[in-house]
Amino acid sequence: MPTTPRHRHGRPGPSVPLARRTFLGGALGAGGLAALAGCGGGSSGDADAGGVTFGLNANAAIPTAGYDAVFRAFTEETGTAVTVNRLLYTEQVNNYLQSAPDDVLIWNAGYRMRFFAEQGLVGDLSEVWAEVGDGVADGVRQACTAADGQQYLVPFYTYPWVVYYRPSLFAENGWEVPTTLDELESLGSAMQGRGVTPFAFADQEGWEAMGTFDALNMRVNGYDFHLSLLDGAESWTDPRVRETFRVWEQLLPLHQTGALGRTWQDAAASVQRGESAMLLMGSFVLDQFEGPDRDDLDFFVYPEVEAEHGQDAVDAPVDGFMMVADPDNRDGSLELLRYLGTGAAQGVYAQTDANTVGTAADVDTAAYSPLQQKFVEVLASTPNLAQYLDRDTRPDFAAPAVIPALQAFIEDPSGVEAVLEQVQQQAEATFVD
Amino acid sequence: MTTTAPAPTGTPPREAGRRRRRGAAHLGRRDTAVLAAMLGVPLLLSLALVWGPALLSVALSFTRWNGVGELTDAVPVGLENYRQVVTNYPPFWPALQHNVVWLVVFLVLATPTGLLLAVLLDKELRGTRVYQSAIFLPVVLSLALVGFIWQLVYSRDQGLLNAVLGTDVDWVGDSSINLWAALLAASWRHVGYVMVLFLAGLKGVDPALKEAAALDGAGEVQVFRHVTLPSLAPTSVVVLVITVIEALRAFDLVYVLNRGRNGLELLSVLVTDNIIGEASRIGYGSAVATILLVVSLGVIVPYLVVVLRERRGAS
Repeated sequence: MPTTPRHRHGRPGPSVPLARRTFLGGALGAGGLAALAGCGGGSSGDADAGGVTFGLNANAAIPTAGYDAVFRAFTEETGTAVTVNRLLYTEQVNNYLQSAPDDVLIWNAGYRMRFFAEQGLVGDLSEVWAEVGDGVADGVRQACTAADGQQYLVPFYTYPWVVYYRPSLFAENGWEVPTTLDELESLGSAMQGRGVTPFAFADQEGWEAMGTFDALNMRVNGYDFHLSLLDGAESWTDPRVRETFRVWEQLLPLHQTGALGRTWQDAAASVQRGESAMLLMGSFVLDQFEGPDRDDLDFFVYPEVEAEHGQDAVDAPVDGFMMVADPDNRDGSLELLRYLGTGAAQGVYAQTDANTVGTAADVDTAAYSPLQQKFVEVLASTPNLAQYLDRDTRPDFAAPAVIPALQAFIEDPSGVEAVLEQVQQQAEATFVD
Repeated sequence: MTTTAPAPTGTPPREAGRRRRRGAAHLGRRDTAVLAAMLGVPLLLSLALVWGPALLSVALSFTRWNGVGELTDAVPVGLENYRQVVTNYPPFWPALQHNVVWLVVFLVLATPTGLLLAVLLDKELRGTRVYQSAIFLPVVLSLALVGFIWQLVYSRDQGLLNAVLGTDVDWVGDSSINLWAALLAASWRHVGYVMVLFLAGLKGVDPALKEAAALDGAGEVQVFRHVTLPSLAPTSVVVLVITVIEALRAFDLVYVLNRGRNGLELLSVLVTDNIIGEASRIGYGSAVATILLVVSLGVIVPYLVVVLRERRGAS
């Protein structure tokens, strides 16, 4: 069982660089996959010969194999070799970018990209966007754009945060998917009546509950307020924020207790065992369900709280690629990024990874699973796409201030006033430059 | 003790010192060069790798810097970071408190337990090697493995401990007990470490002394108190220093359990969160690191003063 989420949307697991300078051939061998001849030369001479170096911030089988397939297709098409450097740099990304980074690297959209763009550590990719950006959702474009109006990230895929449930369990009990808060609450009571916990809930590592906060704050106060709050422009002591926590407090009895001591994998397991009925989580959670369990999964968008906002926003974090400010091979890097932005490249990746959906307008959805098809529908019909709390705000605010606050609230909802005051004080100390 | 066995290290008696100084004058040029290199290289390394970064960290604690670009980009802010840390950083005071609790538990429970095990296993029991290996094993396991093991033990829904006890306790998530759960896990490692050190020390205790004491009618406890324990004094110094260091730099276990949050805050975790993490509040993290340094010095310096004074008194 993996102990860290494969997709980086929160504070990830311990970042031990598992394989430094693991070249593509070696990486494939280690993964027990078909060796790739003619690509990984096994020496750093690749870059000199017109190749591109690529920082792959992943070590799980699915993304690794998916990217290998994509690069293989790229090399076949263009003749440019890609040397993959597999290392987990999530928490060391600052040092990584300043030491001897690869030309192109995987990263996240939103604030987590903007910070590095503003520091001049990554290059402007507007010219790539001009070629591959047509028809990309506006929310995705915004998430890839820094304060100077230029794009610094080429998007690859997104994975929406929605509420997962087992249709068989719902059918057995005659439960219906709730679309409003009232329906959710009466459904919750019905579930409790059958001895089922309505929501599986985990927050051991601290990032998991951000999803619930995002969903409720966007339902109660709307997408614009949510983003302004995370941008430091609104106060955490505002009565509107207080209202979000009031609704959450009202819903807490529908959630599993002991969330602070539960991993998200254990939360998923309780849904799989039928002890809990629903789970709000990113689509990476699908990895926790296999075979028939996976076929017996469906999802719905978080129910409406205020009619004014309906169900008009969803967290859909975007992962993509940045180019370092001074790549060894600029032309090759741009060529690779242009390729990665196409529906063709994203279609190749989707053959391996059935949990995400490509961001390109022309991505081929024929091979998508029914759930992936439904993700596409949801993304197309939802006007506002957020990036998840830890990408929609400063990294030096999300982890040090918001995580402890949400955990304190979950442990003792009655102390929320004091907690929000502390968050606001920290926001004022953080959002100064 | 002083008459039969002079302190093994430390300041030698005056006479010997004078003789040795005279000896130093006889060193040839080559010897001087070798000595200079042998002292100079470690000195330079220690300055460059230990004292340099430490002092730099102290200097950085008075600045605001996001870790990008040159050091000169750091903006001096005076004591602002310290003011923020103590007034506007909710995890700080719990972290300080937890470090103190950690230190006390190690000193009062874990280290004496290690000593007890060492004394018991020194008695050449049947299968003593097996016990020694089993108790020492946690020390050699990797951090990731240790975290995984305790995750399996403490998990609320599927954990071993709740299954055995038939309880429903949230060992990791409940902030009123998770520190004790983490301390049990940390002691599990520390006891093995201490045991091995004391076992090595016990091998050096002359069995004749114990026999003599036993012949004089001393009981087991008396032999331990008046013979074994004083003979272990040099080992105890090492063990105490290690215990203090281990308690103050505690990090890995809480980090794998829940990222060092919600009841498991430690100063080392706060330093890591601010400096290594994506947040990159270098100045802020340096301020916490400096506070940790001061706390460490506060424990180590008085201890060294006492030890050195005893040595001087002994010689």
